[in-house]
Amino acid sequence: MDIQLKRGLLDVCVLAAIKDKDSYGYQIIKDMKPYLSLSESTLYTILKRLETAGMLTVRSAEHDGRLRKYYHITDSGIARIEEFKEDWKEILSIYRFVVKEEENE
Amino acid sequence: MSKQEFLEQLRSGLRGLPQEDIEERLNFYSEMIDDRIEEGLSESEAVAAIGTVGDVVSQILAETPLTKIVKEKIRPKSRIKPWMIVLLILGSLLLFPIMPAVIVIILSAYIVVLSVIISLWAIFVSLIASALGGAVTAVYFAICGRGLSAFATLAVGSLCAGLAIVMFFVCLAATKGVVWLTKKFAVGLKYMLVGKETV
Repeated sequence: MDIQLKRGLLDVCVLAAIKDKDSYGYQIIKDMKPYLSLSESTLYTILKRLETAGMLTVRSAEHDGRLRKYYHITDSGIARIEEFKEDWKEILSIYRFVVKEEENE
Repeated sequence: MSKQEFLEQLRSGLRGLPQEDIEERLNFYSEMIDDRIEEGLSESEAVAAIGTVGDVVSQILAETPLTKIVKEKIRPKSRIKPWMIVLLILGSLLLFPIMPAVIVIILSAYIVVLSVIISLWAIFVSLIASALGGAVTAVYFAICGRGLSAFATLAVGSLCAGLAIVMFFVCLAATKGVVWLTKKFAVGLKYMLVGKETV
């Protein structure tokens, strides 16, 4: 898959993974596993990028005697997901057009 | 491999990165390993699930912008010494008043050269005017019947016309020279800047 496209997809996937409730690193990887495999360092980079962009916030909370980082989606993160949905509506309609052209050949 | 060993090897593998980045990464991987252990994996299994240290390091370095690595490389390891600060302040104290002066000098030199060019063209224009004036006056004298005066003004007018033709080429050459100088100067300035950047 095109790297730029994949990067955009991964960003939105991670945002979706924390959309309903705050989550932590390993949980995000587990949630995404059925759809795409994600290495720890890739996830780290994505989380960092989203944090810098203001789409999520990080807090450390104690869990079982150790610290765990929890990620919380912001309004602009939610807006990014909505934007993604709109974009893909367009892309899907283009896809249908392309597929139809091929079938007619 | 134990979690401790993994993290230590990772730390030495990431040595080129900024210290706070390394700590953050290590905390991140530590949390990942702990969460897997909590889920029921043994410590060595949890570490193995992350991947080899070599793979992790190369992945991290691939994702780190080159500029960050270079910045960390060139950051002075020892602190700036007091005499260097004194030198820097003295240097800037000297440089700030001098810079405008240098700019003004260069500008005024340029203005001087330009005004020479302008006066050369002015001479050319006045020579043409004299030639035309001479011709008109000569006609006037001729009509009045003052043959000698007419001849003299015609002669002076022709002389002016001749000089104007010579002057035209002088002006043209001088103007071309200035344009050439300006180009040279601009190129020289660019080289100075680029040279500074690469140092």
